[in-house]
Amino acid sequence: MNLTAEEWTAVRLTLIVAARAVGFGLPLAVITAWVLVRHRFPGRSLLNAFVHLPLVLPPVVTGWLLLILFGIRGPIGSLLYDYLGIRLVFTTAGASLACAVMTFPVMVRSIRLSLEAADMGLEQAARTLGAGRLDRLFNITLPLASPGILVGAVVAYATCLGEFGAVITFAANIPGQTQTLPLAIYAALQVPGGEAKAAELSMVSLTLALIGLLLSEWLGKRLNVALGR
Amino acid sequence: MTLTFRMRHHFPAIDMDMGFETPSSGVTMLFGPSGCGKTTIINAAAGLFRPDECHISIDGKVLGDTKTGIWLPPERRRVGLVFQDARLFPHMSIETNLRFGMRRTEPGSIRFDEVVDLLGIRHLLARRPKTLSGGERQRVAIGRGLLAQPHLLLMDEPLASLDAPRKAEILPFLTRLKTALKLPIVYVTHSPDELSQLGDSVVLLEKGRVVACGSVPDVAGRADLPLGQRDDAGAVLVCRVAEHDGDSALTRLEGGGVTLWVPNQDAEIGAACRVRIPAREVILARRSPEAISLHNIVPGTVRRMTDGPRRQSVLVEIALPDGVLLSRVTPDAISRLALEPGSAVLALIKSTSIEVLGATTPG
Repeated sequence: MNLTAEEWTAVRLTLIVAARAVGFGLPLAVITAWVLVRHRFPGRSLLNAFVHLPLVLPPVVTGWLLLILFGIRGPIGSLLYDYLGIRLVFTTAGASLACAVMTFPVMVRSIRLSLEAADMGLEQAARTLGAGRLDRLFNITLPLASPGILVGAVVAYATCLGEFGAVITFAANIPGQTQTLPLAIYAALQVPGGEAKAAELSMVSLTLALIGLLLSEWLGKRLNVALGR
Repeated sequence: MTLTFRMRHHFPAIDMDMGFETPSSGVTMLFGPSGCGKTTIINAAAGLFRPDECHISIDGKVLGDTKTGIWLPPERRRVGLVFQDARLFPHMSIETNLRFGMRRTEPGSIRFDEVVDLLGIRHLLARRPKTLSGGERQRVAIGRGLLAQPHLLLMDEPLASLDAPRKAEILPFLTRLKTALKLPIVYVTHSPDELSQLGDSVVLLEKGRVVACGSVPDVAGRADLPLGQRDDAGAVLVCRVAEHDGDSALTRLEGGGVTLWVPNQDAEIGAACRVRIPAREVILARRSPEAISLHNIVPGTVRRMTDGPRRQSVLVEIALPDGVLLSRVTPDAISRLALEPGSAVLALIKSTSIEVLGATTPG
């Protein structure tokens, strides 16, 4: 494959955007999943529905909602811009945010499943041995849920690589800044004679997705072995 | 020094109202059929289950009391719990498992090396729980509980999930543990073997109520309790090894105020041991028989007689100077010997039918 410098930029940018999305989204997803599994409170169903919203909404709508919330004049966006000087809309960071929001349900679901499968008996045992709440979370619950957490992260990463609707709506299609692989493919198809370029980029996209899926499978197995199961 | 436990709780299927006091030294057995409340007591004592009403204290230190609103969480109770299914942490080595509770408490009198050697688990330290046998796992779980330096150790049927050979492998460890460490132990079981071998006192439970509470020899020797209704009912006597007779290959035990001859025991003179004498192995006589192979002819007085299941047998409680024997005989035997409470009888016991516990037989 002979990709141009511009195309390589798109590939590199895609990897960076996905990494940032997962990096920031994962801790939040772990906390959300833990709250949903271990706590009963009013509004729990609402939180659950809210978390899963990006999964069922048209991505364009998610992107548009992000624009309203995080735009320079939006309720959150204006705070970020006025006090911290952070502008999300039409930036690389914005593309990451859109990816993070879109893949959040994927991560929460995967982590939730592994937390639900965790043996409460082991936590009880840890309690009688003097381990407090956070102690149990970090030494028993999370290590035992780590296969689910890691697999969730890898699948989310792979999904980020293909995120289109929300990204183009919220972050636009700016080469070198927000133009990730799928956006580059879309842009190539808009130009007459760009099919060859689109095909090349699609091959890259396919390869990356495949690597992601194989990696998650392998990681899950390895971790379960390491955890003595 | 006592362990006080009282609780009341309403479950959909059963109302539980249980209370007992037991010496806070030695092993207290909670004994009863499944569903009688044994595990509920253990969980309440560990702090994992909070009953509607309760008062739990060890030597005056309150662990939980609903009246005053005191409820120490499990992690602050210093009460160890050994579960039936071991519950070792699968992602840690055996050594890390053992040190888990130890690292979370101030150093105490129970030392790592001592426990590891006592339980015979030194060769397992580097391994993962998955690679251990059931018996090995249970030994590690016991060690892990001990090393958290508990003030009280609870054991919830620790041998129930093991087969007979594995049980036989662990029982001696538990007997050693009991004498080596001065730690009150509450032990749940429904096995009479474990009861008579390990227990110092016993709380007898049935359908969420305490039926009887007392020392194991006292409770095991009562003909009127559920224990006596079992086929394997038997009295327990606390004995001392008095003499080894090399010529006859017999050992003389003194206990319950009487002398018992048993097959040669591999124990030092003066060593304490227990014997269990199954009721069905004890023959009753009014006069001493002559020319008989029997070594043990023990005089006593009939104290109580109760009908066995389906009235096919009678369980006779025979008072000894300092203990009690049980004998199961037919109603016909009772009338032929004209036995009634207060009658003097002779209990005839084959030396081979006496189960010596806590001392090992050579060979």
